[in-house]
Amino acid sequence: MEITVKEVDYVARLARLKLSGQEKDVFAGQMASILGYIGQLNTLDTTVVTPTSHALNVSNVMRDDVVRSTDLRQREQLLDNAPERDGDFFRVKKVIE
Amino acid sequence: MSQFETVIGLEVHAQLKTDSKIFCGCSTQYGAPPNTNICPVCTGQPGVLPVLNRKAVSFLVTTGLALGCSINPRSLFARKQYFYPDLPKNYQISQYELPLAERGCVDIVVAGETKRIRVHRIHLEEDAGKLLHAIGARTLDYSLVDLNRTGVPLMEIVSEPDLRSPEEAVAYLTKLKSILEYLGVSDCDMEEGKFRCDANVSIRPVGQKELGTKAEIKNMNSFSGVRDAIAYEVERQKNIIASGGKIVQETRLWNADTKESHSMRSKEEAHDYRYFPDPDLVPIELDERYLDSLRKELPELPEARCARLVGVLGLSAYDAGVITAEKALADYYEEALKTAGGEPHGKTTTPDAAETSAAKMLANWTITELIGRLNTAGKTIVQSPVVPQHLGRLVFLVRTGALSGKMGKTVIEEMFISGRPPEEIIKEKGLVQISDETAIGKLCDEALTESPKAIEEYKAGKERALGALVGLVMKKSKGQANPAAVNKILKEKLS
Repeated sequence: MEITVKEVDYVARLARLKLSGQEKDVFAGQMASILGYIGQLNTLDTTVVTPTSHALNVSNVMRDDVVRSTDLRQREQLLDNAPERDGDFFRVKKVIE
Repeated sequence: MSQFETVIGLEVHAQLKTDSKIFCGCSTQYGAPPNTNICPVCTGQPGVLPVLNRKAVSFLVTTGLALGCSINPRSLFARKQYFYPDLPKNYQISQYELPLAERGCVDIVVAGETKRIRVHRIHLEEDAGKLLHAIGARTLDYSLVDLNRTGVPLMEIVSEPDLRSPEEAVAYLTKLKSILEYLGVSDCDMEEGKFRCDANVSIRPVGQKELGTKAEIKNMNSFSGVRDAIAYEVERQKNIIASGGKIVQETRLWNADTKESHSMRSKEEAHDYRYFPDPDLVPIELDERYLDSLRKELPELPEARCARLVGVLGLSAYDAGVITAEKALADYYEEALKTAGGEPHGKTTTPDAAETSAAKMLANWTITELIGRLNTAGKTIVQSPVVPQHLGRLVFLVRTGALSGKMGKTVIEEMFISGRPPEEIIKEKGLVQISDETAIGKLCDEALTESPKAIEEYKAGKERALGALVGLVMKKSKGQANPAAVNKILKEKLS
Protein backbone atom coordinates (compact mmCIF):
# COMPACT_ATOMS: atom_id res chain seq x y z
CA MET A 1 0.00 0.00 0.00
CA GLU A 2 1.52 3.29 -1.03
CA ILE A 3 0.48 6.76 0.11
CA THR A 4 1.78 9.68 -1.94
CA VAL A 5 2.75 13.08 -0.57
CA LYS A 6 -0.15 14.47 -2.61
CA GLU A 7 -2.59 12.34 -0.62
CA VAL A 8 -1.00 13.49 2.63
CA ASP A 9 -1.39 17.09 1.46
CA TYR A 10 -5.07 16.53 0.74
CA VAL A 11 -5.82 14.95 4.12
CA ALA A 12 -3.79 17.62 5.88
CA ARG A 13 -5.81 20.32 4.17
CA LEU A 14 -9.09 18.67 5.18
CA ALA A 15 -7.84 18.57 8.78
CA ARG A 16 -6.46 22.15 8.58
CA LEU A 17 -2.94 20.93 9.42
CA LYS A 18 0.20 22.61 8.17
CA LEU A 19 2.96 20.07 7.64
CA SER A 20 6.60 20.52 6.72
CA GLY A 21 8.06 18.62 3.77
CA GLN A 22 9.83 16.25 6.10
CA GLU A 23 6.66 15.59 8.11
CA LYS A 24 4.79 14.78 4.93
CA ASP A 25 7.30 12.09 4.08
CA VAL A 26 7.16 10.66 7.59
CA PHE A 27 3.34 10.61 7.64
CA ALA A 28 3.12 9.12 4.16
CA GLY A 29 5.18 6.21 5.44
CA GLN A 30 3.20 5.84 8.66
CA MET A 31 -0.17 6.03 6.92
CA ALA A 32 0.94 3.43 4.39
CA SER A 33 1.99 1.15 7.20
CA ILE A 34 -1.30 1.59 9.13
CA LEU A 35 -3.46 1.09 6.07
CA GLY A 36 -1.38 -1.88 5.01
CA TYR A 37 -1.93 -3.51 8.38
CA ILE A 38 -5.70 -2.88 8.30
CA GLY A 39 -5.65 -3.96 4.68
CA GLN A 40 -5.07 -7.54 5.78
CA LEU A 41 -8.82 -7.64 6.43
CA ASN A 42 -9.34 -7.40 2.69
CA THR A 43 -8.09 -10.98 2.35
CA LEU A 44 -11.15 -12.21 4.29
CA ASP A 45 -14.55 -12.94 2.80
CA THR A 46 -16.92 -10.59 4.68
CA THR A 47 -19.96 -10.90 2.42
CA VAL A 48 -22.06 -12.39 5.22
CA VAL A 49 -20.74 -10.15 8.01
CA THR A 50 -22.80 -7.12 9.11
CA PRO A 51 -20.63 -3.99 8.91
CA THR A 52 -19.43 -3.08 12.39
CA SER A 53 -20.21 0.51 13.34
CA HIS A 54 -19.53 0.24 17.04
CA ALA A 55 -17.33 -1.90 19.25
CA LEU A 56 -20.07 -2.37 21.88
CA ASN A 57 -23.15 -4.45 21.41
CA VAL A 58 -25.41 -1.74 22.82
CA SER A 59 -28.25 0.20 21.21
CA ASN A 60 -30.93 2.79 22.07
CA VAL A 61 -29.19 4.82 24.74
CA MET A 62 -31.53 7.77 25.07
CA ARG A 63 -32.66 10.39 27.52
CA ASP A 64 -36.07 11.96 28.15
CA ASP A 65 -36.76 15.40 26.72
CA VAL A 66 -36.12 17.34 29.91
CA VAL A 67 -34.48 20.76 30.09
CA ARG A 68 -31.63 21.20 32.50
CA SER A 69 -31.19 24.86 33.31
CA THR A 70 -27.90 26.47 32.39
CA ASP A 71 -25.16 26.45 34.99
CA LEU A 72 -24.21 30.12 34.92
CA ARG A 73 -20.76 29.63 36.39
CA GLN A 74 -20.05 26.99 33.78
CA ARG A 75 -21.36 29.29 31.07
CA GLU A 76 -18.84 31.93 32.17
CA GLN A 77 -16.08 29.36 32.02
CA LEU A 78 -17.10 28.25 28.55
CA LEU A 79 -16.99 31.83 27.29
CA ASP A 80 -13.74 32.59 29.14
CA ASN A 81 -12.00 29.52 27.78
CA ALA A 82 -12.59 30.54 24.18
CA PRO A 83 -9.62 32.05 22.32
CA GLU A 84 -11.54 35.34 22.18
CA ARG A 85 -14.59 36.53 24.05
CA ASP A 86 -16.67 39.64 23.40
CA GLY A 87 -19.24 40.18 26.15
CA ASP A 88 -21.89 37.48 25.79
CA PHE A 89 -20.40 36.21 22.54
CA PHE A 90 -17.53 34.13 21.28
CA ARG A 91 -15.49 36.24 18.93
CA VAL A 92 -13.88 34.90 15.75
CA LYS A 93 -12.16 36.25 12.66
CA LYS A 94 -14.57 37.80 10.22
CA VAL A 95 -16.48 35.20 8.24
CA ILE A 96 -18.91 36.42 5.67
CA GLU A 97 -20.40 34.85 2.61
CA MET B 1 -33.13 26.80 -29.08
CA SER B 2 -34.46 23.49 -27.83
CA GLN B 3 -37.07 23.29 -25.08
CA PHE B 4 -35.78 22.80 -21.56
CA GLU B 5 -37.29 21.03 -18.62
CA THR B 6 -36.66 22.24 -15.08
CA VAL B 7 -35.66 19.65 -12.48
CA ILE B 8 -35.86 20.55 -8.79
CA GLY B 9 -35.10 18.62 -5.63
CA LEU B 10 -35.66 20.19 -2.22
CA GLU B 11 -33.92 19.72 1.09
CA VAL B 12 -36.02 20.90 3.98
CA HIS B 13 -34.65 21.38 7.47
CA ALA B 14 -37.40 21.44 10.06
CA GLN B 15 -36.70 22.10 13.70
CA LEU B 16 -38.24 19.45 15.90
CA LYS B 17 -40.45 20.75 18.69
CA THR B 18 -38.53 19.37 21.64
CA ASP B 19 -37.96 21.30 24.86
CA SER B 20 -34.31 20.30 25.15
CA LYS B 21 -31.53 19.94 22.58
CA ILE B 22 -30.86 16.72 20.73
CA PHE B 23 -27.81 15.55 22.70
CA CYS B 24 -27.90 17.58 25.94
CA GLY B 25 -30.39 19.12 28.35
CA CYS B 26 -30.01 22.74 27.21
CA SER B 27 -33.22 24.55 26.31
CA THR B 28 -34.19 25.04 22.66
CA GLN B 29 -36.05 28.27 23.44
CA TYR B 30 -35.90 30.71 20.55
CA GLY B 31 -34.71 34.25 21.20
CA ALA B 32 -32.93 33.61 24.51
CA PRO B 33 -30.07 36.03 25.32
CA PRO B 34 -26.85 35.05 23.49
CA ASN B 35 -25.03 31.97 24.74
CA THR B 36 -27.35 31.32 27.66
CA ASN B 37 -28.47 27.87 26.52
CA ILE B 38 -25.06 26.28 26.32
CA CYS B 39 -23.18 23.54 28.13
CA PRO B 40 -19.99 21.50 27.67
CA VAL B 41 -21.76 19.04 25.33
CA CYS B 42 -23.20 21.50 22.79
CA THR B 43 -20.12 23.71 22.81
CA GLY B 44 -17.96 20.71 21.96
CA GLN B 45 -15.70 20.49 25.02
CA PRO B 46 -13.31 17.56 25.06
CA GLY B 47 -14.41 14.41 26.83
CA VAL B 48 -18.16 15.03 26.88
CA LEU B 49 -20.69 12.42 25.88
CA PRO B 50 -23.81 13.22 23.83
CA VAL B 51 -27.00 11.36 24.82
CA LEU B 52 -29.85 11.19 22.31
CA ASN B 53 -33.21 12.86 23.00
CA ARG B 54 -35.91 10.17 22.79
CA LYS B 55 -38.56 12.64 21.67
CA ALA B 56 -36.52 13.81 18.67
CA VAL B 57 -36.48 10.20 17.46
CA SER B 58 -40.20 9.72 17.93
CA PHE B 59 -40.99 13.01 16.15
CA LEU B 60 -38.90 12.00 13.18
CA VAL B 61 -40.34 8.49 13.02
CA THR B 62 -43.87 9.91 13.29
CA THR B 63 -43.10 12.14 10.31
CA GLY B 64 -41.65 9.20 8.41
CA LEU B 65 -44.78 7.14 9.06
CA ALA B 66 -47.07 10.00 8.00
CA LEU B 67 -45.15 10.37 4.72
CA GLY B 68 -45.33 6.64 4.08
CA CYS B 69 -41.61 6.04 4.56
CA SER B 70 -39.89 2.80 5.42
CA ILE B 71 -38.43 3.12 8.90
CA ASN B 72 -35.04 1.47 9.14
CA PRO B 73 -34.99 -1.08 11.97
CA ARG B 74 -31.40 -0.05 12.61
CA SER B 75 -30.12 3.48 12.22
CA LEU B 76 -26.77 5.17 12.81
CA PHE B 77 -25.33 8.58 13.56
CA ALA B 78 -22.32 9.82 11.63
CA ARG B 79 -19.89 12.68 11.96
CA LYS B 80 -19.93 15.13 9.07
CA GLN B 81 -16.67 17.01 9.23
CA TYR B 82 -16.05 20.56 8.17
CA PHE B 83 -14.63 23.71 9.70
CA TYR B 84 -16.79 26.70 10.32
CA PRO B 85 -16.99 28.92 13.41
CA ASP B 86 -20.67 28.13 14.00
CA LEU B 87 -19.75 24.48 14.52
CA PRO B 88 -17.75 24.14 17.74
CA LYS B 89 -16.88 20.43 17.43
CA ASN B 90 -15.68 20.81 13.81
CA TYR B 91 -18.12 18.08 12.95
CA GLN B 92 -21.88 17.95 12.82
CA ILE B 93 -23.61 14.89 14.19
CA SER B 94 -25.90 13.77 11.40
CA GLN B 95 -26.96 10.56 9.70
CA TYR B 96 -25.35 9.23 6.56
CA GLU B 97 -25.72 5.52 6.01
CA LEU B 98 -28.93 4.15 7.50
CA PRO B 99 -31.05 7.25 8.18
CA LEU B 100 -34.16 6.74 10.31
CA ALA B 101 -36.62 6.99 7.40
CA GLU B 102 -36.42 6.43 3.64
CA ARG B 103 -38.66 6.32 0.57
CA GLY B 104 -41.85 8.24 1.31
CA CYS B 105 -43.99 10.66 -0.65
CA VAL B 106 -45.95 13.89 -0.56
CA ASP B 107 -48.94 14.39 -2.87
CA ILE B 108 -49.36 17.88 -4.24
CA VAL B 109 -52.04 19.49 -6.37
CA VAL B 110 -50.93 21.92 -9.05
CA ALA B 111 -53.35 23.34 -11.63
CA GLY B 112 -55.97 20.81 -10.59
CA GLU B 113 -53.70 17.81 -11.10
CA THR B 114 -52.48 15.62 -8.26
CA LYS B 115 -48.82 14.71 -8.46
CA ARG B 116 -46.81 12.44 -6.21
CA ILE B 117 -43.43 13.77 -5.11
CA ARG B 118 -41.13 11.10 -3.74
CA VAL B 119 -39.23 11.67 -0.52
CA HIS B 120 -35.76 10.18 -0.70
CA ARG B 121 -34.94 10.15 3.00
CA ILE B 122 -35.49 11.84 6.35
CA HIS B 123 -32.65 11.99 8.81
CA LEU B 124 -31.94 13.44 12.21
CA GLU B 125 -29.15 15.92 12.87
CA GLU B 126 -28.09 18.80 15.07
CA ASP B 127 -28.29 22.47 14.13
CA ALA B 128 -25.25 24.76 14.12
CA GLY B 129 -24.85 28.08 15.95
CA LYS B 130 -25.57 31.56 14.71
CA LEU B 131 -23.01 34.06 13.42
CA LEU B 132 -23.39 37.79 13.70
CA HIS B 133 -21.57 40.06 11.28
CA ALA B 134 -23.13 43.34 12.33
CA ILE B 135 -24.69 44.94 15.38
CA GLY B 136 -27.64 46.95 14.19
CA ALA B 137 -26.43 49.02 11.24
CA ARG B 138 -22.78 48.75 12.27
CA THR B 139 -20.82 46.15 10.30
CA LEU B 140 -18.19 44.45 12.43
CA ASP B 141 -14.66 43.70 11.30
CA TYR B 142 -14.93 40.41 13.18
CA SER B 143 -17.75 37.94 13.71
CA LEU B 144 -19.63 37.00 16.86
CA VAL B 145 -20.84 33.50 17.65
CA ASP B 146 -24.01 32.59 19.55
CA LEU B 147 -24.21 28.87 20.30
CA ASN B 148 -27.79 28.79 21.65
CA ARG B 149 -28.98 27.06 18.48
CA THR B 150 -26.10 24.58 18.41
CA GLY B 151 -27.48 21.12 19.03
CA VAL B 152 -31.13 21.99 18.43
CA PRO B 153 -32.71 18.93 16.75
CA LEU B 154 -33.43 19.14 13.05
CA MET B 155 -34.88 16.70 10.64
CA GLU B 156 -33.72 16.96 7.09
CA ILE B 157 -36.31 15.88 4.55
CA VAL B 158 -34.78 15.27 1.15
CA SER B 159 -37.05 14.98 -1.89
CA GLU B 160 -36.26 13.16 -5.11
CA PRO B 161 -35.74 15.48 -8.10
CA ASP B 162 -39.43 15.14 -9.00
CA LEU B 163 -40.43 18.79 -9.04
CA ARG B 164 -40.69 20.51 -12.43
CA SER B 165 -41.52 24.15 -11.69
CA PRO B 166 -41.24 26.81 -8.99
CA GLU B 167 -44.99 26.41 -8.46
CA GLU B 168 -44.63 22.70 -7.79
CA ALA B 169 -41.81 23.45 -5.37
CA VAL B 170 -44.01 25.88 -3.44
CA ALA B 171 -46.93 23.43 -3.47
CA TYR B 172 -44.64 20.73 -2.06
CA LEU B 173 -43.35 22.99 0.70
CA THR B 174 -46.84 24.19 1.58
CA LYS B 175 -48.10 20.62 1.85
CA LEU B 176 -45.09 19.42 3.80
CA LYS B 177 -45.35 22.32 6.24
CA SER B 178 -49.04 21.63 6.69
CA ILE B 179 -48.38 17.94 7.44
CA LEU B 180 -45.64 18.77 9.98
CA GLU B 181 -47.98 21.23 11.70
CA TYR B 182 -50.77 18.65 11.83
CA LEU B 183 -48.34 16.13 13.31
CA GLY B 184 -47.23 18.71 15.89
CA VAL B 185 -43.58 17.81 15.34
CA SER B 186 -42.42 21.29 14.31
CA ASP B 187 -43.57 24.88 14.65
CA CYS B 188 -42.43 25.42 11.06
CA ASP B 189 -41.91 29.12 11.71
CA MET B 190 -39.90 30.31 8.72
CA GLU B 191 -39.02 33.66 10.25
CA GLU B 192 -37.48 31.92 13.23
CA GLY B 193 -35.60 29.57 10.89
CA LYS B 194 -37.58 26.55 12.05
CA PHE B 195 -38.45 25.54 8.50
CA ARG B 196 -35.63 26.13 6.00
CA CYS B 197 -35.27 25.03 2.45
CA ASP B 198 -32.40 24.53 0.01
CA ALA B 199 -33.12 23.83 -3.64
CA ASN B 200 -31.13 21.78 -6.12
CA VAL B 201 -31.96 23.15 -9.54
CA SER B 202 -30.93 21.96 -13.00
CA ILE B 203 -32.33 22.03 -16.50
CA ARG B 204 -32.18 19.49 -19.33
CA PRO B 205 -33.49 19.31 -22.89
CA VAL B 206 -37.02 17.88 -22.91
CA GLY B 207 -36.79 14.13 -23.43
CA GLN B 208 -33.30 13.74 -22.01
CA LYS B 209 -33.04 11.20 -19.21
CA GLU B 210 -29.80 12.24 -17.54
CA LEU B 211 -29.93 15.14 -15.11
CA GLY B 212 -28.14 18.37 -15.98
CA THR B 213 -25.48 19.91 -13.74
CA LYS B 214 -27.20 21.35 -10.70
CA ALA B 215 -26.73 24.43 -8.61
CA GLU B 216 -27.71 24.41 -4.95
CA ILE B 217 -29.61 27.51 -3.87
CA LYS B 218 -29.57 28.50 -0.21
CA ASN B 219 -30.85 31.30 1.98
CA MET B 220 -34.47 31.43 0.84
CA ASN B 221 -36.47 32.62 3.83
CA SER B 222 -40.01 32.50 2.51
CA PHE B 223 -42.13 30.55 0.04
CA SER B 224 -42.15 33.49 -2.35
CA GLY B 225 -38.36 33.59 -1.99
CA VAL B 226 -38.20 29.93 -3.01
CA ARG B 227 -40.38 30.59 -6.02
CA ASP B 228 -38.39 33.64 -7.11
CA ALA B 229 -35.00 32.04 -6.49
CA ILE B 230 -35.83 28.94 -8.53
CA ALA B 231 -37.32 30.98 -11.38
CA TYR B 232 -34.20 33.16 -11.36
CA GLU B 233 -31.92 30.10 -11.40
CA VAL B 234 -33.76 28.49 -14.32
CA GLU B 235 -33.41 31.69 -16.35
CA ARG B 236 -29.74 31.99 -15.41
CA GLN B 237 -29.00 28.45 -16.54
CA LYS B 238 -30.97 28.86 -19.77
CA ASN B 239 -29.03 32.01 -20.58
CA ILE B 240 -25.69 30.31 -19.95
CA ILE B 241 -26.59 27.43 -22.25
CA ALA B 242 -28.05 29.75 -24.90
CA SER B 243 -24.77 31.65 -25.02
CA GLY B 244 -22.80 28.42 -25.41
CA GLY B 245 -21.59 28.20 -21.81
CA LYS B 246 -21.58 25.32 -19.33
CA ILE B 247 -23.28 25.14 -15.94
CA VAL B 248 -20.86 24.67 -13.07
CA GLN B 249 -21.88 22.82 -9.96
CA GLU B 250 -21.90 25.35 -7.14
CA THR B 251 -23.74 26.67 -4.12
CA ARG B 252 -25.50 29.98 -4.64
CA LEU B 253 -26.96 32.35 -2.08
CA TRP B 254 -30.32 34.00 -2.73
CA ASN B 255 -30.66 37.67 -1.90
CA ALA B 256 -34.32 38.50 -1.29
CA ASP B 257 -33.70 42.26 -1.57
CA THR B 258 -31.97 42.31 -4.95
CA LYS B 259 -33.85 39.20 -6.16
CA GLU B 260 -30.59 37.72 -7.40
CA SER B 261 -28.32 34.91 -6.32
CA HIS B 262 -24.55 34.87 -6.20
CA SER B 263 -22.02 32.09 -6.01
CA MET B 264 -20.66 31.11 -2.60
CA ARG B 265 -17.06 30.81 -3.71
CA SER B 266 -15.76 29.63 -0.38
CA LYS B 267 -17.77 26.44 -0.71
CA GLU B 268 -16.79 25.68 -4.29
CA GLU B 269 -14.10 23.29 -3.19
CA ALA B 270 -15.41 19.76 -3.54
CA HIS B 271 -17.17 18.67 -0.35
CA ASP B 272 -15.35 15.89 1.37
CA TYR B 273 -16.91 15.47 4.77
CA ARG B 274 -15.16 12.19 5.63
CA TYR B 275 -18.30 10.77 7.20
CA PHE B 276 -17.84 7.95 9.69
CA PRO B 277 -20.07 6.42 12.36
CA ASP B 278 -20.00 8.48 15.54
CA PRO B 279 -18.48 6.24 18.22
CA ASP B 280 -20.16 8.34 20.95
CA LEU B 281 -23.64 7.40 19.84
CA VAL B 282 -24.79 3.81 19.72
CA PRO B 283 -27.18 2.60 17.01
CA ILE B 284 -30.93 3.15 17.21
CA GLU B 285 -32.92 -0.04 16.88
CA LEU B 286 -36.66 0.24 16.42
CA ASP B 287 -39.06 -2.67 16.63
CA GLU B 288 -42.56 -3.09 15.19
CA ARG B 289 -44.17 -2.59 18.58
CA TYR B 290 -42.62 0.87 18.85
CA LEU B 291 -43.66 1.74 15.30
CA ASP B 292 -47.20 0.51 15.96
CA SER B 293 -47.48 2.66 19.05
CA LEU B 294 -46.55 5.73 16.98
CA ARG B 295 -48.82 4.70 14.11
CA LYS B 296 -51.76 4.57 16.52
CA GLU B 297 -51.06 8.11 17.63
CA LEU B 298 -50.96 9.61 14.14
CA PRO B 299 -53.48 12.46 14.04
CA GLU B 300 -55.92 13.17 11.25
CA LEU B 301 -53.86 14.63 8.39
CA PRO B 302 -54.88 17.48 6.06
CA GLU B 303 -56.19 15.22 3.28
CA ALA B 304 -58.35 13.15 5.62
CA ARG B 305 -59.68 16.25 7.35
CA CYS B 306 -60.48 17.86 4.01
CA ALA B 307 -62.31 14.73 2.90
CA ARG B 308 -64.30 14.71 6.16
CA LEU B 309 -65.36 18.36 5.74
CA VAL B 310 -66.53 17.57 2.22
CA GLY B 311 -68.09 14.19 2.96
CA VAL B 312 -69.65 14.81 6.35
CA LEU B 313 -70.31 18.54 6.40
CA GLY B 314 -71.02 19.03 2.73
CA LEU B 315 -68.46 21.78 2.12
CA SER B 316 -67.22 22.36 -1.40
CA ALA B 317 -63.81 20.85 -2.15
CA TYR B 318 -62.45 24.35 -2.58
CA ASP B 319 -63.68 25.64 0.79
CA ALA B 320 -62.55 22.49 2.59
CA GLY B 321 -59.15 22.74 0.94
CA VAL B 322 -58.67 26.34 2.05
CA ILE B 323 -59.78 25.61 5.60
CA THR B 324 -57.69 22.47 6.12
CA ALA B 325 -54.49 23.73 4.47
CA GLU B 326 -53.41 25.10 7.82
CA LYS B 327 -54.07 23.11 10.96
CA ALA B 328 -54.67 26.21 13.08
CA LEU B 329 -57.33 27.42 10.64
CA ALA B 330 -59.07 24.04 10.53
CA ASP B 331 -59.06 23.95 14.35
CA TYR B 332 -60.50 27.47 14.41
CA TYR B 333 -63.23 26.50 11.96
CA GLU B 334 -64.30 23.40 13.84
CA GLU B 335 -64.30 25.28 17.13
CA ALA B 336 -66.47 28.02 15.62
CA LEU B 337 -68.79 25.41 14.15
CA LYS B 338 -69.77 24.27 17.64
CA THR B 339 -71.39 27.66 18.30
CA ALA B 340 -72.65 28.16 14.75
CA GLY B 341 -75.02 25.30 15.44
CA GLY B 342 -73.42 22.76 13.20
CA GLU B 343 -71.49 19.58 13.41
CA PRO B 344 -69.49 19.00 16.58
CA HIS B 345 -65.89 17.91 16.07
CA GLY B 346 -65.33 14.27 15.31
CA LYS B 347 -68.99 13.38 14.69
CA THR B 348 -69.30 11.05 11.74
CA THR B 349 -73.02 10.54 11.41
CA THR B 350 -74.83 12.38 8.67
CA PRO B 351 -75.69 15.91 9.80
CA ASP B 352 -79.13 17.35 9.22
CA ALA B 353 -79.87 20.19 6.80
CA ALA B 354 -79.46 22.87 9.46
CA GLU B 355 -76.03 21.57 10.39
CA THR B 356 -74.94 21.45 6.77
CA SER B 357 -76.15 24.96 6.14
CA ALA B 358 -74.35 26.19 9.26
CA ALA B 359 -71.14 24.49 8.11
CA LYS B 360 -71.33 26.00 4.64
CA MET B 361 -72.25 29.44 5.86
CA LEU B 362 -69.46 29.40 8.43
CA ALA B 363 -66.97 28.31 5.75
CA ASN B 364 -68.07 31.28 3.68
CA TRP B 365 -67.76 33.73 6.51
CA THR B 366 -64.42 32.31 7.56
CA ILE B 367 -62.93 32.51 4.08
CA THR B 368 -64.41 35.75 2.76
CA GLU B 369 -64.91 37.82 5.91
CA LEU B 370 -62.27 36.63 8.35
CA ILE B 371 -59.28 35.48 6.26
CA GLY B 372 -59.58 38.50 4.01
CA ARG B 373 -59.37 40.83 7.01
CA LEU B 374 -56.53 38.86 8.58
CA ASN B 375 -54.51 39.04 5.36
CA THR B 376 -55.03 42.77 5.10
CA ALA B 377 -53.96 43.22 8.71
CA GLY B 378 -50.96 40.90 8.24
CA LYS B 379 -52.20 38.60 11.01
CA THR B 380 -52.31 34.82 11.26
CA ILE B 381 -55.41 32.91 12.31
CA VAL B 382 -53.89 32.39 15.76
CA GLN B 383 -53.68 36.17 16.16
CA SER B 384 -57.27 36.70 15.05
CA PRO B 385 -59.00 39.37 17.15
CA VAL B 386 -62.25 37.48 16.53
CA VAL B 387 -62.29 34.30 18.60
CA PRO B 388 -63.91 31.20 17.05
CA GLN B 389 -66.87 31.17 19.48
CA HIS B 390 -67.77 34.75 18.50
CA LEU B 391 -67.63 34.06 14.77
CA GLY B 392 -69.72 30.93 15.32
CA ARG B 393 -72.35 32.88 17.25
CA LEU B 394 -72.48 35.61 14.62
CA VAL B 395 -73.04 33.04 11.88
CA PHE B 396 -75.72 31.42 14.03
CA LEU B 397 -77.55 34.76 14.28
CA VAL B 398 -77.37 35.32 10.53
CA ARG B 399 -78.41 31.77 9.72
CA THR B 400 -81.44 31.88 11.98
CA GLY B 401 -82.53 35.21 10.53
CA ALA B 402 -82.01 37.34 13.65
CA LEU B 403 -79.52 39.35 11.62
CA SER B 404 -79.35 40.07 7.92
CA GLY B 405 -76.18 39.19 6.03
CA LYS B 406 -75.52 42.85 5.57
CA MET B 407 -75.84 43.55 9.27
CA GLY B 408 -73.59 40.62 9.96
CA LYS B 409 -70.88 42.23 7.87
CA THR B 410 -71.19 45.44 9.84
CA VAL B 411 -70.93 43.45 13.06
CA ILE B 412 -67.85 41.44 12.04
CA GLU B 413 -66.15 44.64 10.95
CA GLU B 414 -66.59 45.91 14.49
CA MET B 415 -65.68 42.54 16.06
CA PHE B 416 -62.42 42.53 14.11
CA ILE B 417 -61.50 45.97 15.43
CA SER B 418 -62.55 45.55 19.06
CA GLY B 419 -62.55 41.79 19.62
CA ARG B 420 -65.92 42.16 21.37
CA PRO B 421 -68.66 39.51 21.20
CA PRO B 422 -71.29 39.97 18.46
CA GLU B 423 -74.27 40.29 20.87
CA GLU B 424 -72.71 43.33 22.52
CA ILE B 425 -72.19 45.11 19.21
CA ILE B 426 -75.66 44.21 17.96
CA LYS B 427 -77.25 45.61 21.11
CA GLU B 428 -75.20 48.77 20.99
CA LYS B 429 -76.02 49.47 17.35
CA GLY B 430 -79.62 48.33 17.67
CA LEU B 431 -79.04 45.87 14.86
CA VAL B 432 -81.84 43.38 15.18
CA GLN B 433 -83.52 42.03 12.14
CA ILE B 434 -87.28 42.38 12.12
CA SER B 435 -88.90 39.25 10.76
CA ASP B 436 -92.21 39.69 12.52
CA GLU B 437 -94.82 39.78 9.74
CA THR B 438 -97.21 42.10 11.54
CA ALA B 439 -94.52 44.72 12.09
CA ILE B 440 -93.27 44.42 8.53
CA GLY B 441 -96.82 44.50 7.21
CA LYS B 442 -97.35 47.80 8.99
CA LEU B 443 -94.27 49.32 7.39
CA CYS B 444 -95.34 47.98 3.99
CA ASP B 445 -98.73 49.66 4.33
CA GLU B 446 -97.04 52.96 5.09
CA ALA B 447 -94.79 52.60 2.06
CA LEU B 448 -97.68 51.74 -0.23
CA THR B 449 -99.67 54.75 0.93
CA GLU B 450 -96.74 57.01 0.21
CA SER B 451 -96.03 55.67 -3.28
CA PRO B 452 -99.16 55.36 -5.38
CA LYS B 453 -97.04 55.80 -8.49
CA ALA B 454 -94.96 52.74 -7.73
CA ILE B 455 -98.11 50.68 -7.25
CA GLU B 456 -99.37 51.81 -10.64
CA GLU B 457 -96.11 50.96 -12.33
CA TYR B 458 -95.95 47.57 -10.67
CA LYS B 459 -99.47 46.75 -11.69
CA ALA B 460 -98.57 47.85 -15.25
CA GLY B 461 -95.97 45.10 -15.23
CA LYS B 462 -92.85 46.96 -14.15
CA GLU B 463 -91.12 44.51 -11.80
CA ARG B 464 -88.56 47.14 -10.96
CA ALA B 465 -91.12 49.22 -9.11
CA LEU B 466 -91.20 46.54 -6.42
CA GLY B 467 -87.52 47.14 -5.72
CA ALA B 468 -88.22 50.79 -4.98
CA LEU B 469 -90.94 49.78 -2.53
CA VAL B 470 -88.71 47.24 -0.79
CA GLY B 471 -86.06 49.93 -0.50
CA LEU B 472 -88.52 52.29 1.11
CA VAL B 473 -89.62 49.69 3.68
CA MET B 474 -85.99 48.89 4.46
CA LYS B 475 -85.34 52.57 5.00
CA LYS B 476 -88.31 52.89 7.31
CA SER B 477 -87.03 49.91 9.34
CA LYS B 478 -83.54 51.42 9.50
CA GLY B 479 -82.30 48.42 7.55
CA GLN B 480 -83.58 45.99 10.15
CA ALA B 481 -86.45 44.38 8.29
CA ASN B 482 -85.82 40.97 6.81
CA PRO B 483 -85.62 41.74 3.06
CA ALA B 484 -87.04 38.37 2.03
CA ALA B 485 -90.05 38.87 4.30
CA VAL B 486 -90.57 42.43 2.99
CA ASN B 487 -90.54 41.14 -0.58
CA LYS B 488 -93.04 38.45 0.20
CA ILE B 489 -95.44 40.69 2.11
CA LEU B 490 -95.37 43.48 -0.50
CA LYS B 491 -96.17 41.01 -3.25
CA GLU B 492 -99.08 39.64 -1.24
CA LYS B 493 -100.44 43.11 -0.64
CA LEU B 494 -100.12 44.07 -4.31
CA SER B 495 -101.73 40.98 -5.71
